Amino acid sequence: KDEKYLKHCESSRTSTKRKHKAVDCEWACLPQELLLHIFQYLPLLDRAFASQVCRGWNQAFHMPELWRCFEFELNQPASSYLKATHPDLIKQIIKRHSNHLQYVSFKVDSSTESAEAACDILSQLVNCSLKTLGLISTARPSFMEVPKSHFISALTVVFVNSKSLSSLKIDDTPVDDPSLKVLVANNSDTLKLLKMSSCPHVSPAGILCVADQCHGLRELALNYHLLSDELLLALSSEKHVHLEHLRIDVVSENPGQHFHTIKKSSWDAMVRHSPKFNLVMYFFLYEDEFGPFFNDEIPVTHLYFGRSVSKEVLGRVGLHCPRLVELVVCANGLRPLDEELIRIAKHCTQLSAIGLGECEVSCSAFVEFVKMCGRRLSQLSIMEEVLIPDHKYSLDEIHWEVSKHLGRVWFPDMMPTW
Amino acid sequence: MAPNSIHWFRKGLRLHDNPALEEAVLGAGTVRCVYFLDPWFAGSSNVGVNRWRFLLQCLEDLDASLRKLNSRLFVIRGQPANVFPRLFKEWKISRLTFEYDSEPFGKERDAAIKKLAMEAGVEVIVKISHTLYDLDKIIELNGGQPPLTYKRFQTLISRLDPPELPVETLTDSQIGRCITPVSEDHEDKYGVPSLEELGFDTEGLPSAVWPGGETEALTRIERHLERKAWVANFERPRMNANSLLASPTGLSPYLRFGCLSCRLFYFKLTDLYRKVKKNSSPPLSLYGQLLWREFFYTAATNNPRFDKMEGNPICVRIPWDKNPEAFAKWAEAKTGFPWIDAIMTQLRQEGWIHHLARHAVACFLTRGDLWISWEEGMKVFEELLLDADWSVNAGSWMWLSCSSFFQQFFHCYCPVGFGRRTDPNGDFIRRYLPILRGLPAKFIYDPWNAPVSVQVAAKCIIGVHYPKPMVHHAKASRLNIERMKQIYQQLSRYRGLGLLASVPSTNGNGNAGMMAYSPGEQQPGTNSGASGNSVATSNGSGSILLNFDSEEQTGQSRHGQQQHSDQSHQLTWGYHSVPDTSQTVTSSRLHHEFAVPQHPGLLLHSRSEITGKRERESEREGLGEEPSSCSLHKMQRQSTEVSINPHPSLSATITPEGYSIKQVMFKL
Repeated sequence: KDEKYLKHCESSRTSTKRKHKAVDCEWACLPQELLLHIFQYLPLLDRAFASQVCRGWNQAFHMPELWRCFEFELNQPASSYLKATHPDLIKQIIKRHSNHLQYVSFKVDSSTESAEAACDILSQLVNCSLKTLGLISTARPSFMEVPKSHFISALTVVFVNSKSLSSLKIDDTPVDDPSLKVLVANNSDTLKLLKMSSCPHVSPAGILCVADQCHGLRELALNYHLLSDELLLALSSEKHVHLEHLRIDVVSENPGQHFHTIKKSSWDAMVRHSPKFNLVMYFFLYEDEFGPFFNDEIPVTHLYFGRSVSKEVLGRVGLHCPRLVELVVCANGLRPLDEELIRIAKHCTQLSAIGLGECEVSCSAFVEFVKMCGRRLSQLSIMEEVLIPDHKYSLDEIHWEVSKHLGRVWFPDMMPTW
Repeated sequence: MAPNSIHWFRKGLRLHDNPALEEAVLGAGTVRCVYFLDPWFAGSSNVGVNRWRFLLQCLEDLDASLRKLNSRLFVIRGQPANVFPRLFKEWKISRLTFEYDSEPFGKERDAAIKKLAMEAGVEVIVKISHTLYDLDKIIELNGGQPPLTYKRFQTLISRLDPPELPVETLTDSQIGRCITPVSEDHEDKYGVPSLEELGFDTEGLPSAVWPGGETEALTRIERHLERKAWVANFERPRMNANSLLASPTGLSPYLRFGCLSCRLFYFKLTDLYRKVKKNSSPPLSLYGQLLWREFFYTAATNNPRFDKMEGNPICVRIPWDKNPEAFAKWAEAKTGFPWIDAIMTQLRQEGWIHHLARHAVACFLTRGDLWISWEEGMKVFEELLLDADWSVNAGSWMWLSCSSFFQQFFHCYCPVGFGRRTDPNGDFIRRYLPILRGLPAKFIYDPWNAPVSVQVAAKCIIGVHYPKPMVHHAKASRLNIERMKQIYQQLSRYRGLGLLASVPSTNGNGNAGMMAYSPGEQQPGTNSGASGNSVATSNGSGSILLNFDSEEQTGQSRHGQQQHSDQSHQLTWGYHSVPDTSQTVTSSRLHHEFAVPQHPGLLLHSRSEITGKRERESEREGLGEEPSSCSLHKMQRQSTEVSINPHPSLSATITPEGYSIKQVMFKL
């Protein structure tokens, strides 16, 4: 098809008819800005085809504006169903466009090979100044399999050369304290976002150094073991901008693990400094590990319980989480959560989203909960099995009743009867 | 001259409610009922012994019932397309009847046979009796596309006439003078083969937990109804330890092979309900299982790639891991999670597992723990599960892996807690994993946590007699939830913090801008995530279609902004030199081109998104408000329009791109 098109162009070019020439001329003279605008809507492959039409279009193809963003996909046929970015394309980009790259991400599959390939590319990005960098493992944390030194040296190349990194997403990688120091030394003025959940080689001191130096940091994601009173105080210091999002993953490595507590005063300092900040917490704990949590007021806004959580803890949530906006409970024992939900509705006046998986709630209590929250419940995802019919409502009746209070049609989530 | 008929059995292995069979004998001189041992049938190459045994028992039962009518079953070895022309000639056939098969491969096969028959001057009569409804009618009512949510499906069928009544069982009087010529060597030529003849090793094969055949099916349905009548409760039974075991009232394998007519089941349920509940008319939920089956049949009938991720317009592309070792552990019940392993053992031994047990193992294999493609799991079920319908099997796997049908993905079943809640004592585990028998209930779901002394006393050392758990569930679910969230945010273009809002839910969920803005994640630069249209999302309220009234929506967004952060502020600081909107579009294209999860139904939003509205399938019509149901129609059509023509530029480029890019790049 494209060949035909090319031939057509050629023939029209050689055509003697003036009219054709005029048309031709107009196409070739399309201003670069316009061409750029059009190219921006074309997928890379189509742009590549178009670039063969004429010199002007070929030049347009290489305009820096078209190469600011790039996502490298590194997959091996043995470990992924998805295609990878072609090696020749990668070569081309490094050769001709690496200085244009600003927003770069790497998606790697579960193989170490792919993660290593990503590191190899990173270490060649010497003459570019990235603004954002994302390292994303799409299946398993494969960057963790790369020799740490290899990973660190590749990442340091970017840290040292890009003096204006503003966001960095390096979850599940072997990044360590010294490399964070390099990041801070070169990008402290620009860094706004740092996501580093499950980075086992970083210590609380390492992340504290980032918080101390990068006063523009607005968004941070890390695991609970890196969270300290000092860190919260550093983030709420006068020099620091308002924090917008803080995400904490609380993951238990072994059953019965002990978790430290964070002082209420530290959280208070955070809220005073950044009154609107979102605190997102993901809990993946055994039921008996919740001891240190929710005993005092905590400014959490989004709360996710990935494993079973006891009635007692949910009761504490109802008492101590006044800023709660979203609550997801994946599982709970077989005792109905009636009082807990009512308490949450009463005390968590910002609550607008709730999801319940393997839990039980009586229909009456659920209706009461919805009534109390009313229309601010914009997300209400409740598995059908969660709702226990009682003397007041059957399963068929409840969706009407809930819809009435929500002001929109609502149904429980269903799973297929297979 | 009275016609000579063939009735061709495929599914629908029964004499009751078999309208095509009725047509075969009607006024016919001779009738022959044939069954082909046909590789097309459920892909015989990978069907396990339990399924073959079930099938052969069905055929024996059919043959026995036909004998009572002075007829026989003709089991023909070979492929229909090869054999039919000969049969037409040899038996001087002028009429061929069979039950309508709605599944894409069946339709293709039947079209070919119809053509052969036409060429041979044979009249073909096809009747619908495997499904309650004419699926094409449902699709037509939905504007030409299958509904993608169960709620929508329910709405559609509530507008249709009730299913047709089942026809009577074939009787002597119906057969009348119609005879079946049976030769002396019938048994040799056309008899039902044994498992041994088919090459199965049957030594030590335990007797069937699920005996096949129409007779058994009819006994079971009576028992099933008796029990329901006795309980007099028509709600979905709550799960307990007992429900995990094969029940003598279970019907699913019989529905799958058509030993039991779904219409007969449907009307028996209706009658019973009316009798017990007096005058009230039965709710749709009464027919749950039947309607789910119908739902997946409808979704699959025009989609030959329904059982695949690639090229399947309704399937989200998820970057599943290829990991043959891990997969084998799952399939062979060696995961080290007793709950999962017991279920997989039951499946292999008996050919049936409870539907929540299916959820548990499917979730574990895919989005819950192992992050392995649902297609792999589906193939194992196809081999082992007696009731594995092509449509229902693939559809349920897509559902469970959150690959389609807009599912909330936080509902992950815990491989320890879920079982423990269902069967606290662990009897189910001890039954199927005798090695764990000695363990106390406290540790039977997580034996690796048992102290060594307990393991020694139980004569089961974890890591020696029974494997250690193959994954760290807490860590795996943290990773997988994150991944799902990423994929769904990309689809829904939702960039906020909320987990629930990232799923394009079917329950009018306005995420209403509240959490719809997370500056860190939405910079257009990172082509990862929803590289596309993030800009559009960030200014839009991210709200959904069904704005109950738009005022309220905006009200909510305002509220949200106040509550969280000042959006304009965020927008100004955000990643200076942020490329403009068009740039974002480019990146999205580029991104799709490089192959990432795409959901056709949602892709189209890229256009509508500019206006800040997200359009989704809704169930507004639940309240019967016409205007919105119209808009729903439109949306449905829109979302499926794309499925039919799944962005040629996107899907087409994905495959050949490797090479073409290369060639092009060289020429530059």
